Amino acid sequence: MRLLTCKETTRLVSQGLDRELAFGERVALRLHLAICVGCRRAGSQMRYLRGAVRKLATIDLKTGF
Amino acid sequence: MPPADDFRSQIEALRPYLMRFASLQLRDAAAAEDAVQEALVAALAGEAGFAGRANLRTWLTGILKHKIVDAIRRQAREPALPQEGEDAADEFDALFRRNGHWAERPAGWDDPDGALEQAQFFRALERCLERLPARTAQAFMMREHLGLETPEICKELGITPTHCWVMLYRARMTLRECLQQTWFGR
Repeated sequence: MRLLTCKETTRLVSQGLDRELAFGERVALRLHLAICVGCRRAGSQMRYLRGAVRKLATIDLKTGF
Repeated sequence: MPPADDFRSQIEALRPYLMRFASLQLRDAAAAEDAVQEALVAALAGEAGFAGRANLRTWLTGILKHKIVDAIRRQAREPALPQEGEDAADEFDALFRRNGHWAERPAGWDDPDGALEQAQFFRALERCLERLPARTAQAFMMREHLGLETPEICKELGITPTHCWVMLYRARMTLRECLQQTWFGR
């Protein structure tokens, strides 16, 4: 199997937030993430965005919380 | 069930929250106000459907989401938003080298959970969202703010799933870059 580049990896991590990845995609992703701290960070930051955006509506920006 | 007036005032008390919820998605005060108004009318008419079973805010938000999607559908019929090219994907040139590896490896974020306790952080996040191209922001917020699934987003925006995934990817990468610059990497 060809190894994924970081660009392909981040694209797949993002798609993993929107659709179920195929088995082959998950394996390729796991292989790359195991050796690439940059992509692990980008992935957890993209997941973090989801939680932050969900909280955004509940924040009153004038008064804080 | 509470008396009708009580129900009405409880609903009114949630109006600022609902306005904020709608504005985040629609980016247009008048459209947001219309959606909220429609939701409140529907809520008052459908009071029996609530009957104290759920959290009032959750219930109202559910109604509002439908009204927001209606508004998006109406907006989509107007040729207001310029199309953003699918092949503008090379804005990532600066992030990745030609061989597809990081030009500069992303830094780790310090205390991301702590940021979620600070109003300042959410202001930074909103500023980053405002900088996204309009269609990209719209798709991203439909996914992450409204929590819609991609087939529904594709249908409402009249785009292919592939285009949808590209826009969501672009939004996420741009936002994490923006938060890195304006918050975590300060």
